[in-house]
Amino acid sequence: MTTTPEDLRTDQTPLAPGAPRSGTTFLGLPTAPRGVGHLRGDRSFPDAARDALRDGQLRANLGHATTTIRGKRARVVAELPDWAQLRAAGSALKTATMARLDEHLEELERQVTARGGTVHWARDAAEANRIVTELVQATGSDEVVKVKSMATQEIGLNEALEAAGITAHETDLAELIVQLGDDKPSHILVPAIHKNRAEIREIFLRTMPQFQGEGADRDLPDEPRRLAMAARAHLRERFLRARVAISGANFAVAETGTLAVVESEGNGRMCLTLPETLITVMGIEKLVPTWRDLEVFLQLLPRSSTGERMNPYTSTWAGVTPGDGPQDFHLVLLDNGRTAVLADEVGRQALHCIRCSACLNVCPVYERTGGHSYGSVYPGPIGAILSPQLTGVEDNASLPYASSLCGACYDVCPVAIDIPSVLVHLRAEHVEAQEKPTAESVAFRALATAMSHPRLWRLAQRAASLGRLLSRGKPTMPNALPFPASAWTRSRDLPTPPAETFTSQWAREHGGRK
Amino acid sequence: MSAREEVLGRIRTALGETRAPVPEVLRDYRATDDRPADVLLDVLVDRLEDYKASVLRCGPDDVAASVSAALDAGLGAGWAPGSVVAAPGLPDAWRPGGLDTDDDRPPVRLADRAAALTAVAVAIAETGTLVLDGTPACGRRALSLLPDCLVCVVTADQVVGGVPEGLARLDPLRPLTMISGPSATSDIELERVEGVHGPRTLVVVLVG
Amino acid sequence: MRVALFATCLVDTVVPQVARATAALLERLGHEVVVPSGQACCGQMHVNTGYRREAVPIVANHLRAFAGAEAIVSPSGSCVASIHHQQAMVLRRAGEHALADEAEALAARTYELSQFLVDVLGVTDVGAYYPHRVTYHPTCHSLRLLKVGDRPLQLLRAVRGLELVELPGAESCCGFGGTFSVKNADTSTAMLTDKMANVLSTHAEVCTAGDASCLMHIGGGLSRLRSGTRTVHLAEILASTEDAVTPHQTTRPAVTA
Repeated sequence: MTTTPEDLRTDQTPLAPGAPRSGTTFLGLPTAPRGVGHLRGDRSFPDAARDALRDGQLRANLGHATTTIRGKRARVVAELPDWAQLRAAGSALKTATMARLDEHLEELERQVTARGGTVHWARDAAEANRIVTELVQATGSDEVVKVKSMATQEIGLNEALEAAGITAHETDLAELIVQLGDDKPSHILVPAIHKNRAEIREIFLRTMPQFQGEGADRDLPDEPRRLAMAARAHLRERFLRARVAISGANFAVAETGTLAVVESEGNGRMCLTLPETLITVMGIEKLVPTWRDLEVFLQLLPRSSTGERMNPYTSTWAGVTPGDGPQDFHLVLLDNGRTAVLADEVGRQALHCIRCSACLNVCPVYERTGGHSYGSVYPGPIGAILSPQLTGVEDNASLPYASSLCGACYDVCPVAIDIPSVLVHLRAEHVEAQEKPTAESVAFRALATAMSHPRLWRLAQRAASLGRLLSRGKPTMPNALPFPASAWTRSRDLPTPPAETFTSQWAREHGGRK
Repeated sequence: MSAREEVLGRIRTALGETRAPVPEVLRDYRATDDRPADVLLDVLVDRLEDYKASVLRCGPDDVAASVSAALDAGLGAGWAPGSVVAAPGLPDAWRPGGLDTDDDRPPVRLADRAAALTAVAVAIAETGTLVLDGTPACGRRALSLLPDCLVCVVTADQVVGGVPEGLARLDPLRPLTMISGPSATSDIELERVEGVHGPRTLVVVLVG
Repeated sequence: MRVALFATCLVDTVVPQVARATAALLERLGHEVVVPSGQACCGQMHVNTGYRREAVPIVANHLRAFAGAEAIVSPSGSCVASIHHQQAMVLRRAGEHALADEAEALAARTYELSQFLVDVLGVTDVGAYYPHRVTYHPTCHSLRLLKVGDRPLQLLRAVRGLELVELPGAESCCGFGGTFSVKNADTSTAMLTDKMANVLSTHAEVCTAGDASCLMHIGGGLSRLRSGTRTVHLAEILASTEDAVTPHQTTRPAVTA
């Protein structure tokens, strides 16, 4: 996405204490670096959304898909009488994990190492990409199969591998659609949610070798089943010949060194089972302290994400098992801004996310703009609080405002992340990071002064009622008002303010009574 | 400073010198399911069938015959016994005659077999989940993955109510595969399609 | 009961008839209404736009204005939600712990109109008469932060002459979101369009809600479309009687209450 090199950063001055700024937080913890990975868009959210909103096909696809999944989720969540208790336990478990994150990570490292795995630590995306590339190169393989993973999307691993001459084959159906379509993912769970069956058919016919060349059978109806079978045929041989696989992890259990991948199609199992070498890239926040903790998350996650009682396949492994699966296992623990998020007492709950994407599916903004408008691989409500924190809020300054604060995301979040409150917090972080006054800040500060002094406030209200002069007796104000009122009146009438406020009329009618 | 030391140091900085106490985790969700065993079996069957798996129920003495019937259902009558691979530790009494047994061959060679036959470690009724744990009766992970039809034998004593009871019976150090229905995807318009890379057919023989 | 009315900055300045209706309703139910003259704003707009430091004196003013009030009622789910969920938090962050305690105490005595009527006064039939076809939009903050539930519907069902029609997609946000409507005007408009389509599909004459801000948004859109469906605040409906049954909200302010 963005390619802004390090030396184009506008502000290289040292940080004043207490001044959060892009690049580092006030505790001096580095955020995800620029120039690598996919956490930053090249346009602001309102700009990107404006185009997306005009894309009728996108709107139809998103509306259909999110409506379908919302209904399924609601049905299977309602089935559990103890959903509220599970949700509270999930939230508490995450809070407890973060409170001792360093200790749990050290324990995880001990356990994975004791079972024959190798643990690597990566400060940021560039370091993680370098570690993985070198590990692949050491095997002598020039291709890898990949299980869908948000962490590797975040760091731009495929591009890094490609630069080193290594081909990465995405094997999740939706990731495959995105990769073959030379597209970008737009959803955490279903990266190709913005494409409908007809568009997917077209991509497959155009790009899959099985449909190319003289005499190829190009009979491919747009039925989801037939499209899935085409993907099966396309990937089968790649799975069987793969020597190296790269995955993410949904969970890692510190006390046992057990990793878990939750999936549906079996592509994950192919990657986790058949190759000789497995490299797992995992954000440092994805671990849970004990095996028992999974009893909570394995109930919360499938019902929240795909609306199923349980996803078809969950694989767990601890290190290396002789005679079963990869005999060479590497775990890469990734920071890339997560410790900066952890430093923010309000914002750190974004690290509790288990990537179910329920918040995307219920979000009225996401449903209309789609994921690409957010610029980052993490779209939707969770993305609007996670991306700006990982990059520093100034690098994604429009995202905390990409919400009407309706609160639907908080209601469905299986670990009760209070997304609206974090959005509001990040808006304040952005406002407070501005060194020079803006037109907005001048207006809000003047308004605040008026609203804190009743006499000034009455004067301000009287000034507002002068708007009546513009409407010349009509019930609504003119459509052509100066900015920012124009942003309202482009599509909505604005009522003409009345001649007298309620409080002033009341005081007049009720005399000395308060 | 190594990346390890640096990342751990950042975490310590982020959490501050005086760390917040670790909150207590209240586990007041359902830990057990007190419904009678026969009810749990019915729930398991219902959930498996909801995932488009087929279920055959039988008594302890009819397992091999039911497995044959399961293979008939999955592969069509007249299947070749040599095209079916059984987990090495599967009880002999459960095996129809002539089946092949999985050995140390490279896992990818399992791909040309029509069906696999395994036991399970645990079955979770409420979610319709079978768990294979890599013991000889369950076989290695590739066995239940590559052949297009998977037949699993579940005994009544292996069936638990919910996820907490299921996980408590498992050894987290083993490679575990939790299976809930055949392979599936919802990636096209969020509509569920059964059968992608894993076995497209799952037949469960429920004993008891 | 002596009830202090918090009109909210928007109602007071732009749609004063909503506050007049609230006062008329409470008086008709036999309660004494006072309107503290020092009141201005709860601070929500500042907090939600990122000006939480600037909100501190606004909240302090609100606490001064309503100090000593026994019960405070407001015809706005959103502002009451801010009083309940934001005011003390903003003060604590600014180190104003004594004021924050005061804010918590005040919040405990502050009610959204429908909650006050149903939970505190224990009435659902307020004796209103409103012979119109009406649909109800449960605004997000009433629904999700205050959890007013079906209280407004209980009140509406008891109104004589009122035909209540269900709003499809009722729980979807109308796209107002305070400054969201301006900063993300295109997305806000897209959300509004769907809300209006649902409102119009009911063939209701009136769309009502417990928040004047959301109604100004929906009403502004319906008015721009010249749709003929108008928005009327819940308080105005509940204040209506056989003697005065034609309140209008957004584009043609009512003159009497």
